[in-house]
Amino acid sequence: MNAYEWLQTIIFFVVLLALVKPLGSFMAKVFQGERTFLSPVLVPCEKVIYRIGGVKPEDEMGWKRYAGSMLLLNLMLFVGLFAMLMTQHLLPLNPQKVPSFTWQLALNTAVSFTTNTNWQAYVGEQAASYFTQMVGFAVHNFVSAATGIMIAITVIRGFVRRKTSLLGNFWVDMTRCTLYILLPISIIAALLLVSQGAIQNFSAYKSVPLVQSTNYDKPKTDDKGAPLKDAKGNPVVENVIVKEVSIPMGPVASQEAIKELGTNGGGFFNANSAHPFENPTPLSNFIEILLILLIPGALTYTFGVMVGNSRQGWMLLGVMLFILVSAFGVLQWAESSGNPLVAKLGVQSINMEGKEVRNGLAGSNLFTVATTGTSCGAVNSMHDSLTPIGGMMPLSLILLGEIIFGGVGSGLYTMLAFAIIAVFVSGLMIGRTPEYLGKKIEVKEMWMSILVILTAGVTVLILSGIAMITPQAVASMANPGAHGLSEVLYAFASMSNNNGSAFAGLNASVDFYTLLGSLAMTVGRYVPAIAVLAMAGSLAEKKYIPPSLGTLPTDKAPFAIWLTLVILIVGALTFFPALALGPIVEHLTMRGGH
Amino acid sequence: MSKQSQQPQSIFDTTLLKGALIDSLKKLDPRTLWRNPVMFCVEIASVITLVTFALSLTGANKEPAWFTGSVSVWLWLTVIFSTFAEALAEGRGKARAASLRKSRTDVTAKRLEQPDFNSNYTTIGASQLRKGDLILVEASDMIAGDGDVVAGAALVNESAVTGESAPVIRESGGDRSAVTGGTTVIANSIIVRITANPGETFLDRMIGLIEGAKRRKTPNEVALEVLLIALTLVFLLVCANISPLSIYSVKATGQGTPVSLTILVALFVCLAPTTIAALLPAIGIAGMDRLFQKNVIALSGRAIEAAGDVNVLLLDKTGTITHGNREAVAFVTVGGHNERELAEAALMASIADETPEGRSVVILAKQKYGLTRETPMDAEVVEFNADTRLSGINLDNTQYRKGASDSTIAFVKKLGCTSIPSDLAEVVDRIARAGATPLVVCKGCDILGVINLKDIVKAGIQERFLQLRSMGIKTVMITGDNPLTAAAIAAEAQVDDFLAQAKPEEKLRLIREYQEQGYMVAMTGDGTNDAPALAQADVAVAMNTGTQPAREAANIIDLDSNPTKLLDIVEVGKQILMTRGNLTTFSISNDIAKYFAIIPAALLSIYPQLGVLNVMHLVSPYSAILSAVIFNAIIIPMLVPLALKGTTFRPMPAEKLLIHNLLIYGVGGMIVPFVGIKVIDMVIGLMV
Repeated sequence: MNAYEWLQTIIFFVVLLALVKPLGSFMAKVFQGERTFLSPVLVPCEKVIYRIGGVKPEDEMGWKRYAGSMLLLNLMLFVGLFAMLMTQHLLPLNPQKVPSFTWQLALNTAVSFTTNTNWQAYVGEQAASYFTQMVGFAVHNFVSAATGIMIAITVIRGFVRRKTSLLGNFWVDMTRCTLYILLPISIIAALLLVSQGAIQNFSAYKSVPLVQSTNYDKPKTDDKGAPLKDAKGNPVVENVIVKEVSIPMGPVASQEAIKELGTNGGGFFNANSAHPFENPTPLSNFIEILLILLIPGALTYTFGVMVGNSRQGWMLLGVMLFILVSAFGVLQWAESSGNPLVAKLGVQSINMEGKEVRNGLAGSNLFTVATTGTSCGAVNSMHDSLTPIGGMMPLSLILLGEIIFGGVGSGLYTMLAFAIIAVFVSGLMIGRTPEYLGKKIEVKEMWMSILVILTAGVTVLILSGIAMITPQAVASMANPGAHGLSEVLYAFASMSNNNGSAFAGLNASVDFYTLLGSLAMTVGRYVPAIAVLAMAGSLAEKKYIPPSLGTLPTDKAPFAIWLTLVILIVGALTFFPALALGPIVEHLTMRGGH
Repeated sequence: MSKQSQQPQSIFDTTLLKGALIDSLKKLDPRTLWRNPVMFCVEIASVITLVTFALSLTGANKEPAWFTGSVSVWLWLTVIFSTFAEALAEGRGKARAASLRKSRTDVTAKRLEQPDFNSNYTTIGASQLRKGDLILVEASDMIAGDGDVVAGAALVNESAVTGESAPVIRESGGDRSAVTGGTTVIANSIIVRITANPGETFLDRMIGLIEGAKRRKTPNEVALEVLLIALTLVFLLVCANISPLSIYSVKATGQGTPVSLTILVALFVCLAPTTIAALLPAIGIAGMDRLFQKNVIALSGRAIEAAGDVNVLLLDKTGTITHGNREAVAFVTVGGHNERELAEAALMASIADETPEGRSVVILAKQKYGLTRETPMDAEVVEFNADTRLSGINLDNTQYRKGASDSTIAFVKKLGCTSIPSDLAEVVDRIARAGATPLVVCKGCDILGVINLKDIVKAGIQERFLQLRSMGIKTVMITGDNPLTAAAIAAEAQVDDFLAQAKPEEKLRLIREYQEQGYMVAMTGDGTNDAPALAQADVAVAMNTGTQPAREAANIIDLDSNPTKLLDIVEVGKQILMTRGNLTTFSISNDIAKYFAIIPAALLSIYPQLGVLNVMHLVSPYSAILSAVIFNAIIIPMLVPLALKGTTFRPMPAEKLLIHNLLIYGVGGMIVPFVGIKVIDMVIGLMV
C-alpha cells in the first residue's frame, strides 16, 4: 500500500468509528420511543400514518404476531413487485420501452429484492424501467432494510425485557425505522452523491458517436443464454465492431444512497458501483463504503445502549472490525502481489483486472470486503477477476454468514446467535448454566441460534452439490475447472446469505439458478428471521439473572477472542473442503505456473 | 468410622470391566443407541464400511481390502468405546445398587391395629405395607419401610443406607423421628407409621437413581446435544457435498477418481463430535456416582447441575459455621474482685453442669488457672430451671450460681443483698455487643464477674467462604440469635450477609426474595420447620438425620449429615458442566488436524498440488485416512478417566477459568491430534 492508500484507509475507519456512537444512540432513542431532534417534524407525520393505517401504537405484539405482520408485509410487497415486473411494458416512466420480465426472472428478482439480497439475474439498464426502479426496487430497498433492523431490535428487546411476551409493535417499528433513520440519511447521501456527479433524471438514453470505432470478441450464447463452446471446451466468440454508444440515464443517485445504506446492493446499472454515473469519484466511493458499514456498525452501539452496557456493543464491533480488517489485509496483499504468470510476461504485477483506476487498489478492495462482509452485494470492481486468494476473501466473508458488520439488522442478529453459541460452550467450560446478558441459554435458544447460524451454510452445501452434477448448471460456467467451481459456490453463497454480489463469470439467468436461487434466498432470509423472532419471544419471557463473579463477562477481551475463534472455526469446518477444491487449488495451480 | 461407600472402586476394577464389556456390546442395539444420535450415525457409518469392505473382497470396490477392512474395524471400535464408557460409568452404580437390594429382600413387618406396644400384631410381607400402616419394630428387626416413629425410642443401625456403622437414636417427636426402610433396630422397640408405599421408599428411589434407571437427561445436556446434532448434520452435508464437487473436478481436470464412499464415511466420523458424544452419558452418571462416594444422594441430575449455578448459599449457623455449642473463652471480673476468685466460683457453679457450655467453663478454669475439682459429695446440685434460669451448687452454705445478668441480679436481691457492682452493666453490655453471651457468676451475695461464652467459628471456614466468594457465590448465615450476636459471628466467619432471629416464614421469604432477583438459592436444613424453605430453594440439601418432611422437600440428601457438604455438591455440579464443555471444545478443535490429514489424501489424485496441505507428511493417502480414524477412536478410551473423574476444579474468577480451559482443551485440542495422527501414521507405515 502506498502512502495515499494508507491515509485513505485510516481516515475511513476513523470516520466510521466516529459515527458509530452518535448514530447508534440516535437509533436506540428512536426504537425506545424517546424524543430526538427530528421529533418535532416527524411525530405529526407518524400520527397521520398511524391514523391512515389504523395502527394503535401502544398495542404491542408477541413474537408470533410480530413475525406474522412481517411475513404479511413482505408477501404483499413481493406479490406487488412480481406483478409490476410482469407488466412493466404497460406501466409509465418507461422511455426505453423495455419489455416485461419472464416469470422465472420476475420471480427471482422479486424474491431477491424482498429478501434484501438484490441478486440481479437481469441487466439493470436493459431490463428495468424507471418506474420499476423507483416504485418497485426503491420501496423494497427501504422495507427490506427496515425489516432486518426491526428484527434485530426485537431480539435486543428480548434480552432487555423481563417476564413479558410483548416485543413491540411491528408497524410502529417499521414507520419509525423508515422515517427517522433510513429516509433522512438517504436524502443527505443522495445529495452528496449528486454533488460528486451521480446522475438523477428521467431522460431517455443518450446515443453518442464514438471518436474512434472499436471492436471486441463477443461470446456466442445459445437461445437459453448459456455460452456456446467448441469441441475443445473453449467459448465460441464473434467479432463485433462498435461505432456509437448508447449511454443509459435515470434517477440513479437516490437509488444509490439507499442501495448502500440498506445493504441492498442492487445496482441501477449492471456495472453497479463501478459505473461512473453510480460512483463517479474517489470521494463518492468513500461515501458509498461508509454508507454500507454505517448502520450495521452503529447498530452494535444501539445494542449496547439498549442492554444497558455499551461495552457489550463495542465488543461485538471489535470482533467484526478485526475480521474485516484481516480480510482486507489479505485481499490487499493478494491483489498487490498480483498474478505471477502475468509478472513473468514482464507486466507490472499488481492485479488491476476488473478494477476501476479512479478507485484504485485500496478503494476497490475496501469496497469489496465491505460489500461482502455486510450482505450488501454492490460492487465497484469485478470479484471474478480477483486473484484466487484475493477472491477467497469476499467468498469467505459471505460464507461466514454475513456477520462481519453483516446486513442491516441481520448482521447483528446473526452475530448474536453466534454469541449465544459461544456463550453456551464457554459457559459450560467454566461450570455454569450458560447465560448471556442475564438471560439463561436453554434448549430453545440453542435450537433457534443454530437455525440462524447454519441455515445459509446448509443451503449452500446442498445446492452447490446439486449444481456440480447438473449439466445445465455446469454449462453456465464461463471458466470450467476450479475457478468455475468457485463461481458456483460464490453464487449460492451469495444468494443463501442474501448478499447479491456475484463472481460474474457465471451465467445465472438460466432456470436452474433463477429458480433454485429464489429458493435459496427465501430460505436464507426467512428461516433465520423467524427463528430469531421466536428466540426473542422466549428470551423476553425469562427472568433476569444479575451478574456475579462466577458469570463470564461477555464484554471483555477473552470472550471476544473466543467468539472470533468460534466464528472462524465454524466457517472453516463447514467450507474447508469446498474452498480446497475451488480457490485454494486454483491458487496452488497458479503458483505452480499453470 | 468405617464407611463402606467411601472406598472408591478403581476405574479399572477387573470384574467391573468385564461387566461393562458385555453391557457395551448389548448397547450396540440400534433401538437403544438411537438415544445418542451422534453415535447412532457412527453405527450406520460402520455398517456402510462393512459393506464397502465386503465389496472390496469381491473386487467390486477398487479400494484395497486391508484399507476398507481396517476403517470398518476402527469405526466399530469407535461405537464400542462409547458404549463401553457409558457401561463402565453405570457399572459402579449397579454394583452398589445390588448390595442395597440385598438388604430389602424378604423383610416381614409386624402390623399393629393401634399405636400401642401391647396390642396384637399380624405378620405380613413388606410388599403389603401401605402408607399409614402402623408397625412394631423390635430389637434386631429390620424396619420394613420408610416411616415416622410414633412411639418409643430405639438405637438403629443405618449402615445399609449411610455406610455409617455407628448406630443412631430414633425417637418419637422432634427432629429425629424419621426411619428408613432397610435399616435395623439394635436395641429397644418402636412403633412406626409407614409414610411410603412399597416401590416408593427412599431405598427404592436410591436404587433407581444409582442404577440410572430413572436418569433423565438434564436440560443442559439436551441443549448440548442439540449443538452436537447440528454439528453432526453439518458435517454429514459437508461430506455429501464433497462427492459431487469431486465428481465435477474429475471431469474438469480429466484426472483422478472421485472421493470414495469409504473415505467420505471415514471423514464424516472423524469430523462429527464423536469424542464428546461418546463420553456425554458417562459424564453425567459418573458425576452422580462421585457424589455418592461422598455419601451424598442427588435425587435428580438436574439438582446437581443446579448446584453448579448456585449464587446464594443459605447456611445454618449452628453446626455449619460454628461448632454447635458456645464455649467459655474468658472470665471478666467486676467490682474489683480478683480473677482467680471468679474462676473458682465459676468452676464451682459449673462443676455439676453437664451441658457443653458448663463443660467449657470447667475446661477454661483448668487451662487458664490450673483449677480442677470433682463435684464434692456433700454438694447440693441446682439444675437449671425455667423459673430461676440459673444453675449451680450449694456447698457449705455457700450458693454458687451462674446465669443471665437479670436472673442473677434477681437471685442476689432475693438473698437480701443490694450492692450490685457498678461496672457489671457495662461489662455485660460489652460482651453482648461483641456477639457473645455473658453469664454472670455469683458466690452467695457477691457478684464476682462474668463468663464470656462465645460461639466458636469452625477452623478454616473463612477460607471456604473466600473460595465461594471467588466463585461468585454469596453466603448468608441463618440463625435464631439476636441481630447483635449474629452480626458478630457473621463478621468473624466472613459470610456476606446474615438473617437473625430467623423463623421458618422468614427463611421462606428470604429465599423468595433472592429468587425474585434472579439468584439460584441453595440451602441446607434438617428440621420439619425447614421443609417449606427447602421446597422453595433451587438446591435443597437435607440431612439424613433430619425429619421425613425435610427429606421429602429436599432434592439432595446428605447421608453424613454434614452441612458443609454443600460445597462439595457445588463443586461436582460445576465439574460435570466443565467436563462437558471442555470435551466439546476439545472434540471440535481436533477437527482441524483431521481435515489436514484427510482432505489432501482424498483429493490428491485429482489435484496433486493439494499435496502441500499434507503438512504432517503422512506416508500415503490410505494411511493418512486410517490414522485419522484410529486417532478419533482411541482418543475416547484415553479420555474415559477424565470423563469419570471430571476435570479438576479450582475456584477462580470466570474469566481466568475460561482462559485456562481454553488453553488446555482448545489449543491443546488443536495440537494433540497433529502429533497423535503423525505417530499412528508412522506405526502404520512400519506395518504396511
